[in-house]
Amino acid sequence: MSEKVLMKGNEAFSEAAIRGGCRYYFGYPITPQNEIPEYMSRELPKHGGSFIQAESEICAINMAYGAAAAGGRVFITSSSPGIALMQEGLSFLASAEVPTVVMNVSRCGPGIGGIQPGQADYFQATRGGGNGDYRIPVFAPASLQEGVDLVFEAMELSDKWRNPFFIFTDGILGQMMEPVKLPEKLPDIKREDIKKHKPWALTGYGENDAERNTVISLRIQPDVLEKHVHKLFEKYERAEKELCRVESFGLEDADVVIVAYGIVARIAKEAIEILAEQGIKVGLIRPISLWPFPYNEFKKLSRNTKVVISAELSMGQLIEDVKLGVGERFPVRLVGRTGGMIPSSLEIAERTKKILEEIGG
Amino acid sequence: MADMRFIRHTGRKIIVTGHYGSGKTEFAVSLAMQYASLKEKIAVVDLDIINPYFRSRERREMFENSGVSVYGSTYDYEITAELPAIGAKLRAPLEDKDSRVIIDVGGNDAGAMVLNQYTKYFTDDDTTMLVVVNSNRPETATLSGALDHIKSIEDVTGLQIDAVVNNSHMLSETTAQTIINGYDLCLKICAETNKFFYCSCFPAGIVDPEQLTGLYGHLIPMGLHMRPAWLKS
Repeated sequence: MSEKVLMKGNEAFSEAAIRGGCRYYFGYPITPQNEIPEYMSRELPKHGGSFIQAESEICAINMAYGAAAAGGRVFITSSSPGIALMQEGLSFLASAEVPTVVMNVSRCGPGIGGIQPGQADYFQATRGGGNGDYRIPVFAPASLQEGVDLVFEAMELSDKWRNPFFIFTDGILGQMMEPVKLPEKLPDIKREDIKKHKPWALTGYGENDAERNTVISLRIQPDVLEKHVHKLFEKYERAEKELCRVESFGLEDADVVIVAYGIVARIAKEAIEILAEQGIKVGLIRPISLWPFPYNEFKKLSRNTKVVISAELSMGQLIEDVKLGVGERFPVRLVGRTGGMIPSSLEIAERTKKILEEIGG
Repeated sequence: MADMRFIRHTGRKIIVTGHYGSGKTEFAVSLAMQYASLKEKIAVVDLDIINPYFRSRERREMFENSGVSVYGSTYDYEITAELPAIGAKLRAPLEDKDSRVIIDVGGNDAGAMVLNQYTKYFTDDDTTMLVVVNSNRPETATLSGALDHIKSIEDVTGLQIDAVVNNSHMLSETTAQTIINGYDLCLKICAETNKFFYCSCFPAGIVDPEQLTGLYGHLIPMGLHMRPAWLKS
């Protein structure tokens, strides 16, 4: 067997989580991510891990809260409406500073919507659907390899930052096949060593423990809660500096800059080649982290830029961050599809040309 | 063009099984195209209720222009119905003795279970059941993994797989060696299970079939019919 293997996205992400140390998975079936619970139920026990099918997504996120508070490494997944149900729990995890990696293999909405891919959970992912002041770092892979690498890394990062981490992917990436190189499996952490790695975790009240650990999100006294939220925001401020990731090219002499993430960035890259053949220079900004958003990358846009286009599988969500990055310097336009419809590269190229004509480029 | 006489020796009904991601659907489609090029009446029945994406009914128009009739497992052009329902119309090509029919079954034993309601059509001598093997899929990369997989499909359907298809590939990263490695595994499977070796597949335009002349059996060119252009790179 060669170094690479051919895997389906959902399987590859699951295997990456296991190799990154995940030993606990809780979930409830929903298309198009069902291969993940299927894979985890089969594979996790082989690694001494546990799979539990919860009775709902609300239950799954709270099981994650419990297992992760006890020091376990947890990966949970769902698709859009299921992730919506988990929002309250994510706010609790963020407040209690409990690490967990959460993946949305997103579909289209609103409501039950459909099972084809969408990116209309951008606000949900980056702004948070839960209550209160909190932030969750969000990574959006554009290929299976990048997804594997980000899931694997997020398992570590989540522990390091004591914060939930979010992987925002979509039904295409979940369902498609690609060759991937899997990372080496991290060594198991023995139960008795959890205390060493996570001194805050609920590992039991030993004889020699000076203090009892507590993991809570309730702080009833206003001054105590304000102090706690300030502490969280000091962490988020560091995260904004350290976790920002972006790919970009062609910004220095572009007529148009397309901003796109995940699977749409791949379609956009092909559109950029089509436009280049017609003499139109198009650059790309592909945010890999959606929060923190790579606003600074927009400083690289040259004076000659005529328009910045947000290409997304939604009706204009990413575009809000694009506008924050661009400011008043250039016009910003949307190329969106929704309902599970996916634009072809030709469509993105044609719509880009039309926008250029409209603004008099 | 490869010698295609061998494909006339299969039964009128050809069942295509395999792991999901083995390339069953692309194989079923490519095989159907071969029959269509011989001006045979040919239908593809899509029994895949496992995979919600990238199913053969999505390319219905392309097939019908090539002379391949497609019978999907949901209603006509509806590609995203989440109801894994199978319409009665699917029996039409199975009943039509003038039509060759390729049955594209869902992945794994779970997907193959759907065959059970059609068993009466498959107990005659006019049925050939194939298993598609891709040795780059982790679960079927070893002899024991592949044998377990084949057994699980046979157990759940109560049908015997007749022959093995070597569809070992890595999409656009496929090399002649990828195919040769898979071929070696498939011959071992055949020796172990007393099954026939059916053919090897090669991605047209990516691997030169001249590099595969040492392989026993026939070569079927595969196009990535089901994959949008921007996923091919």
